[in-house]
Amino acid sequence: MKTKTSYISQSVKNLKPSGIRKFFDLAANMEGVISLGVGEPDFITSWTVREAAILSLEQGYTSYTANAGLLELREKIAAYMKEGYSVDYDPKDEIIVTVGASQALDISMRAIIDQGDEVIVVEPGFVSYVPLVQLAGGVAVTVGSKPENDFKVTAEELEAAITPRTKAVLLCSPNNPTGTVLERENLEELAEVIRKHDLVVLSDEIYSELAYDHRHVSIASLKDMRKRTLVINGFSKGFAMTGWRLGFICAPEEIASSLLKIHQYAMMCASTPAQHAAVEALDKGMDDVMEMKRSYRHRRHYFVDSLNEFGLTCHTPGGAFYAFPSIKKTGMSSEEFAEKLLMEEKVAVVPGNVFGKGGEGYIRCSYASSMEQLQEAVKRMKRFVENHS
Amino acid sequence: MQLREMELDLVRILQKDARISTENIAKMLQVTTEEIENAIEKLEKDNVLVRYSSVVDWSKVEGHEGVTAMIDVKVAPKRGVGFDEVAHRIYRYKEVKSVYLMSGAYDLSVTVEGRTMHEVATFVSEKLSTLDSVLSTTTHFQLKKYKHDGTIFGDHGEDKRIVVSP
Repeated sequence: MKTKTSYISQSVKNLKPSGIRKFFDLAANMEGVISLGVGEPDFITSWTVREAAILSLEQGYTSYTANAGLLELREKIAAYMKEGYSVDYDPKDEIIVTVGASQALDISMRAIIDQGDEVIVVEPGFVSYVPLVQLAGGVAVTVGSKPENDFKVTAEELEAAITPRTKAVLLCSPNNPTGTVLERENLEELAEVIRKHDLVVLSDEIYSELAYDHRHVSIASLKDMRKRTLVINGFSKGFAMTGWRLGFICAPEEIASSLLKIHQYAMMCASTPAQHAAVEALDKGMDDVMEMKRSYRHRRHYFVDSLNEFGLTCHTPGGAFYAFPSIKKTGMSSEEFAEKLLMEEKVAVVPGNVFGKGGEGYIRCSYASSMEQLQEAVKRMKRFVENHS
Repeated sequence: MQLREMELDLVRILQKDARISTENIAKMLQVTTEEIENAIEKLEKDNVLVRYSSVVDWSKVEGHEGVTAMIDVKVAPKRGVGFDEVAHRIYRYKEVKSVYLMSGAYDLSVTVEGRTMHEVATFVSEKLSTLDSVLSTTTHFQLKKYKHDGTIFGDHGEDKRIVVSP
């Protein structure tokens, strides 16, 4: 009899396990933990949005939608993208509603990557980027953004990573975990390099509603960029709808039709009740988005100022809801710091090294927690830093 | 009175939590503590910030006795002073917690608190109804408070998120 060495594919075996898992296991079993380790809003989805989903169920909307999503929703997304970010997409064949921005990322990679193609991934970055490139058969080439540039990747750094095999660049602004926002002039510089080398851009803009100092700029809105850009966005962060799993991709028709091929085979369509909820979110939810944003902005300032005061230096993040302070002065590694902080003071943060190159020496703290929780966390973290310096 | 953006933010923050420290508000709004102190002083002087109070769930306090009634009052407005005069008369009673002039089927909405239903009923029949301009009263007793001033009672705002996520 032929013996199998393993039932598991080599490509999955080669994937690194997520570094966050370990922290989850540690923190999940402790009592009295203040968690700043959460990558999602502390708000519950607006009632009007939740009610719209309930209503759709009462009315019996429980069947599939079109593969690309409800046309009504795509039309609203098109209007939202145009008004908010000055980019025009045809709701009929340039917008695809997905199961969260995560699925949007997955099918984007699969649509553009051939075996061995290189995708440049800026780090520190979201934990799924590199594995998704690898699962699609590509090679992730990571570029570490520098703290002295507030974690903004520069045109030179980008260009230095480009080889003849480079197919695409993955950008995320506002960024998870650094909170860094690429402003228009940064994007213009990067776009020049991208045009010169004729690359595709995967632009993860899931935090676009949470840009505090300037209006979010989509790289697709820059000259000659729309045709080569896949804009990935969704309802999770700005609209506080993480659990609904609803995102979308906007891309020129040629790319979108290829994305749709994968989407229809792999997913059929996104959840129907969630799509009905999203229609309401775009219709009536914007006031709540603005109110949540104001609240994050206040907490951002409070939290970042407090970190700097007790000696964890931190740039002011322009967006998202993360502070990314340096813990280098404690002499500890990111993991050591995070583990001890959890054990000694019961504050959960995420060690920066799990976000890849340039993340070591930093921790990610989410300030999407109530002011009461943040004030208590600041007290505990201050005591921790004092005890270890 | 026109408020600056910072003052508006300050009022919103205090409305949510009046006990938050000046230092923390200063951080949240990226101004100095002196600026916050001055702004608060000005807003207090101009009676924009009228009073700082707490939302209390008395049903949690053992042995607490108390009932609240909302009373619809129809009144005959007086020439020259309209409803103001009778409203002033009504709000002077310490039992009266709020008085609003309303549109619709009646004129004044009066909230009255007392230790017992009997106490409130006595107040209504002996004090409120006997006022010259009061034509009629309808008393509604509150049975349970679900939400007050934007706060849901009994909801501890429990965090349903998993503790660590990417």
